[in-house]
Amino acid sequence: MLHAASLMLLFPLVGFVILAFFGRRIGDPLAGWLGTATITASFVVACVTLAGLAHRTSASRSFTQTLFSWIPVGQLHVNVGILVDPLSMTMAMFVTGVSMVIHLYSIGYMKGDRDYPKFFVYLNLFVFAMLLLVLANNLLVAFVGWEGVGLCSYWLIAFWYERDSAASAGKKAFIYNRVGDTGFLLAIFLIFSKVHTVDYLGIFAHRHALGGPATTAAVLLLLLAATGKSAQIPLFNWLADAMEGPTPVSALIHAATMVTAGVYLLSRMNPLLALSPDATWVIAGIGGATAFVAATIACAQQDIKKVIAFSTISQIGYMVLAVGTGAYVAAIFLMVAHAFYKGLLFLGAGSIIHGLDDEQDLKRMGALRRWLPWTYGTFLVGWLAIAGIPPLSGFWSKGDVLENVWAKSTALWAVGVVTAVLTAYYMTRLFVLAFHGDPRWQHAVGDHPAHRTPHEAPWVMRAPLVILAFFAFAGGILDLPWVHHEGLASWLAPVFGSRLFSAHESTGLKVGLISIDAVAGVLGLAIAGYLWRARADRRELEPAFLQRVWFWDDFYDLVIGRPGQALARFSATVVDSRIIDGAVNGIASLVRLAGANLRRLQTGYVRNYAIGVVAGVVAIVLFVLTKT
Amino acid sequence: MSFLGFLDGLGGPHVRDGVIHLVVVLASVHALAAVTAIHVPHIRYLAILPEIVMLGGAVLLLGVASLSDRPVRMSVTTVGTVVISGASMGLAWWQWADVRQHGPFTTVAGAVVTDGFSALIAILASTAMLLTALVGDGYLRREGVEGPEFHVLAMVSASGAMIMGQANDLIVIFLGLEIMSIALYVLAALNPRRATSGEAALKYFVLGSFSSAIFVYGIALTYGATGGTNLAHLTSYLSTHALSSNGVLLAGMGLLLVGFGFKVAAVPFHMWTPDVYQGAPSPVTGFMAAIAKAGGFAALLRVFVSSFGTLRPDWRPIVYVIAIVTLVVGAGLAVVQRDVKRMLAYSSINHAGFVLLGLQAADARGVSAALYYVFTYSFMVIGSFAVVTLLGRSGDVGHDIAGYRALARRQPVLALAFAVLLLAQAGVPFTTGFLAKLQVVAAVVDAHSAPLGFVAMGSAAIAAFFYLRVAVLMYTPRRPRWVPPGREIVFDPIVGPQASTAAREGSGVSGQAEPEIAPGGSLDGGTAEGAVATVPRTLAELRLWSGSERTVAVVERLNADLLIDREAEAVEDGAGGRRVRVPPAAIVAIGICIAVTVVFGIVPGPLVDFTHHSTLLLLR
Repeated sequence: MLHAASLMLLFPLVGFVILAFFGRRIGDPLAGWLGTATITASFVVACVTLAGLAHRTSASRSFTQTLFSWIPVGQLHVNVGILVDPLSMTMAMFVTGVSMVIHLYSIGYMKGDRDYPKFFVYLNLFVFAMLLLVLANNLLVAFVGWEGVGLCSYWLIAFWYERDSAASAGKKAFIYNRVGDTGFLLAIFLIFSKVHTVDYLGIFAHRHALGGPATTAAVLLLLLAATGKSAQIPLFNWLADAMEGPTPVSALIHAATMVTAGVYLLSRMNPLLALSPDATWVIAGIGGATAFVAATIACAQQDIKKVIAFSTISQIGYMVLAVGTGAYVAAIFLMVAHAFYKGLLFLGAGSIIHGLDDEQDLKRMGALRRWLPWTYGTFLVGWLAIAGIPPLSGFWSKGDVLENVWAKSTALWAVGVVTAVLTAYYMTRLFVLAFHGDPRWQHAVGDHPAHRTPHEAPWVMRAPLVILAFFAFAGGILDLPWVHHEGLASWLAPVFGSRLFSAHESTGLKVGLISIDAVAGVLGLAIAGYLWRARADRRELEPAFLQRVWFWDDFYDLVIGRPGQALARFSATVVDSRIIDGAVNGIASLVRLAGANLRRLQTGYVRNYAIGVVAGVVAIVLFVLTKT
Repeated sequence: MSFLGFLDGLGGPHVRDGVIHLVVVLASVHALAAVTAIHVPHIRYLAILPEIVMLGGAVLLLGVASLSDRPVRMSVTTVGTVVISGASMGLAWWQWADVRQHGPFTTVAGAVVTDGFSALIAILASTAMLLTALVGDGYLRREGVEGPEFHVLAMVSASGAMIMGQANDLIVIFLGLEIMSIALYVLAALNPRRATSGEAALKYFVLGSFSSAIFVYGIALTYGATGGTNLAHLTSYLSTHALSSNGVLLAGMGLLLVGFGFKVAAVPFHMWTPDVYQGAPSPVTGFMAAIAKAGGFAALLRVFVSSFGTLRPDWRPIVYVIAIVTLVVGAGLAVVQRDVKRMLAYSSINHAGFVLLGLQAADARGVSAALYYVFTYSFMVIGSFAVVTLLGRSGDVGHDIAGYRALARRQPVLALAFAVLLLAQAGVPFTTGFLAKLQVVAAVVDAHSAPLGFVAMGSAAIAAFFYLRVAVLMYTPRRPRWVPPGREIVFDPIVGPQASTAAREGSGVSGQAEPEIAPGGSLDGGTAEGAVATVPRTLAELRLWSGSERTVAVVERLNADLLIDREAEAVEDGAGGRRVRVPPAAIVAIGICIAVTVVFGIVPGPLVDFTHHSTLLLLR
C-alpha cells in the first residue's frame, strides 16, 4: 500500500498539466471540478497510505521510496525520493484534506473570474509543490518544493495582477521569501560540505560529523528560511500584504499549509536542533516575540483579512515557540488544529467579502448574523476555537504548547499567555464588528457607496465551512492530554524519539496552567466584547503604531529600501551609463581608431608587405641572437 | 681471348674498343656501387595511400578532361572529385583506426610518418576538399568557368596539406608546402573575370615565394647546426647535444617559424591575407583558409612541439608575442572592414592567433586544443565562405556588408545558417567554436601564460562585434517604410510633426536630433503623402518620409553602431534585395558544416576525444 504514496504527487501534477494545456477549453466550472477531483484523489491516496503506515509497528513506520536518480555528480548523489513516515503523512493528510475542501470552496468563490481555469492551474501546482516539500526524502528535493510553493504563492497573490497593490504584494512576498530561501540554500551547502549527503536519514545518521558551530549555523540558517516562509520576525510583514490574493488562496496557502512549511522544516530537522541548545533558544525567542508582536498588530487592523493574517503570524509564532522548546508534537498539533480553524476563519471571511461585494473593511460591516446565518454559525466555531475557549481544538492545542513552554521558560510562557489574551481580544473584536452591532454597510460614507443587501454563499462554499467547523470544533480529540499514549504524541514519537521535550509536570500544575489558559481566553473575550459591542469607532484603541505594523515597513524602507534604491540609481546613472558604458564605448572607439590607423599599413603594395615579413624576420633573428 | 677475337671478327677493332670501354665503365660503376650502395628506401604505400588517391585522382581527372573530345560536364567533375576525396577520407579514417590499434610508424626512410596526428590532418584535408567541391560546383556554373581545373588544383593542394601532415622531414614538409601553395596560387587566379583575382594571385605568389625562400634558408641553417633534416634525427640530436644557445640553430628555427607564420597568416606575416582572401574566388578562399591553416599548423606543431621541444624556452616567447599581435591585429582590423570577405580574412588571422595559443602552451593539451581548433574552424570557415559565395553576384562581387541587410526576410534559412556559423566563429556556447576557444585558452592558462589567455578572450570580445554586426544586420529590416496605425504624422506649424514626442525621447541620447526637426516642421504644412513622394535627403526628411520616427531613430543609431554609412548603403541598395538561387550541392555542404559545428558543440565528447587521441598518437 505504501508504494502507492507517490501517486499523491502524481495526481496534482497531472491535474496541473491538463489544466495548463486545456484549462481554457475545459472552462468554468469544469476546470474547478477537475482540480478538486485530482486533490480528492490525492487525499484518498494519503488516507490509504496512512492506513498502511498505521498497520505497521511503530518502530518500522518509516519508508523511503526512490523514484529516480536526479543528480549523480561526484560526491553528490541526489535521488528524487519520498520519505513516508508519521510526520510527513500527518502533514500530507491535512495538506490534501484542507486543499480538497478549499478547492471545492474556490469553485464557488472564483465563479465568473476571467482567469478561472488559471486559478486552478496554480492551485494544483501549489498542492504538488507542497506535497513534494513535505514528502521529500532529502533537503534538495524539499527545496524544489519549497521554491515551488513560493512561486505559486507569488502567482496567486498577484493573481489579480491588474491591481497595482496585488502585483506589488506578490513581489514583496517573493522578495521576502528569497531572503529566507538564501538561508535554506546556505544550510544545504553547509550540511553537504560536512556530511556529504543531503538525504535526511543520512544527515541524521552522520549528524555528529557536523560539529557544534556548524550545527548551530545550519540550524540558524534553517531558521532564517523558516522566518521567510512562515512569516516570522524579521521577515513577517509580507504575509499581511499577501491578502491581496483571492481569499481561498489566503486560506490555503497563507494560513493552513505553505506558511507552516517553516515549522515543518524545523521539526523535520529536529535531530540537528537537539544538538544545538543555543539555536533552539533563538528559535523559541523568535517564536514568542512574533506571537506577541503580531497579536498586538492584529488588534488594530481594519481589514478583516489583515486581522486574520496577523493572527496567522501570531499562531505560527506559537508553533515556532513550541519547536524551540522541543515540544514538536505540540507544534504539529497546533499546526493541524490551526489549519482547520484558520482555514475556516478565512473561508468565513471570504464568504462575508463575497456576500458584501468585495468589502473588506470591518468598519463597513456589522449585524451580518441576520443575513449570513451559515457563515455566522461556522465563524462562531472558528472564533471560539482560536480564542482558546474549551473544549474546542484551539484550547487544547494552545494549552499543549504553553504547558511545555512553562517548563522551558516562565518568561516565554508569560508572553504566550498575554498573547492568548490578545488573541481572544482581536478575534472577538473582529467577530463583533462583523456580525453584531449596526449594519454600517447600509449607509454611504464618504466615497464609499452603500452596499446591497448581503447574500449567503452557494452550497459549494457553505459545505467547506461546515466541514472545517466540525474539525475546528472536534480537532482537539487528536491529542487530548489524557489520551497521549495513543494520540498524536505516540503516533509521532518515532520521528522525534527522545528528542521530544516532555514536561514532567504534576497534575495539579497542569490543571492550573490549563485553567489560566481558559481564563486568558475568556478575559480577552470579555474585554473585547465590552469595548466593541456598542461602538465601532474607537480610534484611541487603534494607535498608528499598531496600524502601521510597529513601523516595521517604514524601518525596512529607511534602512534597506531607500539605500538600495539610491545604490541602484547610482549604479544606473553613474556606474552603468558612465563607467561601464563609458568603458565599453571607449574601448570600442579605441579599437575603431586603432583599426582605422592600422589599416594604413595595409597599402596594397607587395613591397610593403614584404617589408612586413622582413621586419618580422629581423625581429625574430635579433631576439634569438640575444639568447646565444 | 676468344671473346675478343669473336668481337674482332664481328666488327673490327673499332667495335672491340667500344665494348671494352663499356665493360670498364660498367665494372667501375659496379665497383663504386659496391662501395656506396644506393639504398632505395622501403616504402609502405598504404601509409601514403590517401595522398596517392588524392593526387592520382587529380591527375586522372585532368587526363580524362584533356583527352575527351567534348568538355567534361561539370557534374562529372564534381562527382568525381567528391568520390576521390571521399575515398581519400575513408582511407584516412582507416589509417586512423589502424594507428589506434597498432600504433604509429614511419616509412620512406623515416621521412614520412603515419600517426594519429597525420590521419587527423588527412581527414581534415579530404573533408575540406569534399565540401569545397560541393561549394565550387555552383560557383563555377554561375561564373561560367566550367572545367576540371578548379577541382584538380584543389585536390593537388589538399594532397600537399596531407603531405605536410605526414611529413617527418623538413624537406618533405617543404615539398608538401610547395605542392599546397603553388596550387593555391593558381586557384586564387582562377576567376578570369575579376582583375582582383589575378592581383591576389600575383601578390600571394610573390610573397609566398619570398617566404618559401626564408623557409628553405631556415632548413639550411638547421641542417648546418644539426647535420640533418629528419625530425626524428633533430629530436634525438637536440636531446643529446646541448645546443640551446647555438645561434645558427636558433636562427634556423626562427626562419622556419617565419615560413610557417606566413602560411598560417600570423602577424606580421599576414599582410597578403586580406588582399588574397578578398581577391580569390570565394570558394577558394574558404578552402584556402581551411587547408593552408591545417597544413601549416600541422607541420608547425609537429616541428616545434616535437622536434624543437628542448628549445621551448627559446621559441615560446616568440610565439607569445606573435600570438598577441595576431589576435589583436586580426580582431582590431576586422572591425573596420566593410567587405565581408575581407572581414573574414582578418577574422581568420584572429583565429590563427587562437591556434597559436595551443602552440604556445607547448604541451600535449595545447596541441590537442590547437588541433581541435583547426579541425572545427575548417568547417566554420568553409561553411561561411559557402554562404558568401552564394550571396555574391555574378563576377563574385557584391560582398559589401550592406548587401546582407534584411537577408533574413529574403532568405531566412540561409540567414540562419550564416548566423549560426558566425556565432560559432564568435565562440558562442553550444557550438564547436566555443569549445575550441575554451580549450586553447585553458591550455595556455595551464601552461602559465595566463595573460595570453586574457588577451585572447579580449580579442574574442572584439571579434564578437563584427560577427554579430553581420548577424544583426541580416535580421534588421531594410528601412522602415511603413506607417504604424495611428502614427500618421499630423503637422502643426509650431511644434512640427505631432508624432515627434516619442522620437525626441527615443533619440534624446544622441542630442543632435533636436535641431534637425525644425526644417521638417517648416515644410509649409506639406502632407505625409507629399513627403513620401520625394526621396529623403536629410535625417529630418527621412523622418517625415518614413513615418515612424522612433524606428528611424533606432535604425539610424544601429547604422551608426554597425559602422554603416547610409551613402554606401544607398549604392548597394539597388542590387541587394534579390533572392539568390541556392544549388543543392551547396545546401549539402553548408548543412554538413553546420551539423558538425552544432552537433559537436552540443555533444562535444566524440570530437574532443578524437583530437585528444590523435595527439596522444603523435609519434615522438
